[in-house]
Amino acid sequence: MSYLPKGLPEPVTETDKLDQPYWEGTRAGKLKVQRCGACNTWQWGPEWICHNCRSWDMKWVEVEPKGKIWTWTRCWHPVHPALKAAGPYIAVLVELPHAGNIRMLGNLLGDPHQTVTIGAPVTAVFEPHDDAKTPYTLVQWKLA
Amino acid sequence: MAEHTLRGKVAVVGIGETTYYKHSQSPDPEFVLALKAILAACEDAGINPRDIDSFASYANDRNDPSRLSAALGCKELRLSNMQWGGGGGGGAAAIGNAAAAIVTGQAEIAVVYRALAQGQFQRYGLAQAGGTVSGDNALINPYGIFVPAQRFALKIMRYMHEHGIKQEALRALALASYHHAQSNPRAVMYGRPLTEEAYEASRWIAEPYHLFDCCMENDGAAAVVLVSAERAKDFKNKPAYVLSVAQGSDHRNAARSFNAPDFHSSSFGPVAPHLWEMAKLGPKDVDVLQSYENFTGGVLMSLTEHGFVHPDECNEFLKLENLIAPSGKLPLNTSGGNLAECYMHGLELQIEAVRQLRGTATSQVPNAKVAGVIAGPMVTPVSTMIFGSEETL
Repeated sequence: MSYLPKGLPEPVTETDKLDQPYWEGTRAGKLKVQRCGACNTWQWGPEWICHNCRSWDMKWVEVEPKGKIWTWTRCWHPVHPALKAAGPYIAVLVELPHAGNIRMLGNLLGDPHQTVTIGAPVTAVFEPHDDAKTPYTLVQWKLA
Repeated sequence: MAEHTLRGKVAVVGIGETTYYKHSQSPDPEFVLALKAILAACEDAGINPRDIDSFASYANDRNDPSRLSAALGCKELRLSNMQWGGGGGGGAAAIGNAAAAIVTGQAEIAVVYRALAQGQFQRYGLAQAGGTVSGDNALINPYGIFVPAQRFALKIMRYMHEHGIKQEALRALALASYHHAQSNPRAVMYGRPLTEEAYEASRWIAEPYHLFDCCMENDGAAAVVLVSAERAKDFKNKPAYVLSVAQGSDHRNAARSFNAPDFHSSSFGPVAPHLWEMAKLGPKDVDVLQSYENFTGGVLMSLTEHGFVHPDECNEFLKLENLIAPSGKLPLNTSGGNLAECYMHGLELQIEAVRQLRGTATSQVPNAKVAGVIAGPMVTPVSTMIFGSEETL
């Protein structure tokens, strides 16, 4: 059971394979992000080069799938045909303080009308989409 | 070291617009809209369209200069310039790019233009169905985040949290645009005033944006004619001199998955100081301001990052009486702007600034000499500019 209805665009790995380890990781229930092998800078989203030291040695590191709500919005207007009957839903931008304060977007599971508090701790919930043409797993969030 | 500046070297001598329509309601194809706006700007300037030698635009305008030049029978084509990225953020930059070409001898008579027919092409506020996504969008779209209203809601939500900004501050920005549109017969929302109650009762799009915090989607076209300051004196209209233009964005603004260090920003942090430096002016010198409203939250952060108001004083300052012509402390979006005149990707704001300096605006600020125009915020790159009358040179 996914948080949002079926019919939204399905994520696929980039043709240049830059983000392949991320999508392989979520299929296995692991949250992997980039960390520079030379200067240890955390980096998200993925890029070919370290923004801090220009090293090419970007490692994919598993991180504990938890964080804090950094900002959010509750979406009401159906901007996509698949959302027409969905009602409101919440998107949260989650900060990972234990991984250089990188941020990642997801939905906040639970009551879509709930009060959302910036700073609230959350943990990841892996949401598989096994019946997609190219199966994938999204990273969602719930209050810790 | 020699001073490198555009200040006072180029002027707008012609402005032109088509009728402004609700989205998808233009009877004309987009290319025809572009031609009509350019011809109107030439007529306003008193030039023969054959003499246009240069074109600049932004936001991946679909009407390319070579076709325009051929259609208009221009004697020659020199500058053919497109500002990369940033959509409506490029409005001031396109003028800056054309002005720079004029000052460096690469152009003589330049037109900056923008045309939109969202019925003929895709709408901005509606995502396409189905398919797959990759790259940055793969980290965003599957969570139901597609359009600018949603992406930019995330920015202002955090900003309001950090600075204790109330919804009423956003509301005042929406009310100011609608207030001015009621004096402007060109405005799509002319005759449709907005009250505080109607704002509050309007549906949410993406919190904290109500319907009236969001720009319209429109069809139409706008154009301005630029020449050197020396030539500007030969034209019939009072020239609007370019005093300053700045473009760009802050450190790693485009970091994927909303990881810009200064994400909750209009992107003007390091850009605005360049603007004031070239203009040799500050926020207090601006008589009238047009600030691109894609969403009211972007206007708010544009105002703070340009120094018009301190982030912690938005609740006190952003009140309707401070934002309206002729008496407000900072008359803002005096034609109705993107919210209530027309979403012509902000080029209508440049035209309104020129009108204010000519003294022909529908909500005129008396004796306006310095007119600011802030192009689309919260994107990268953004751009911003100052026009001045002859007295400011």
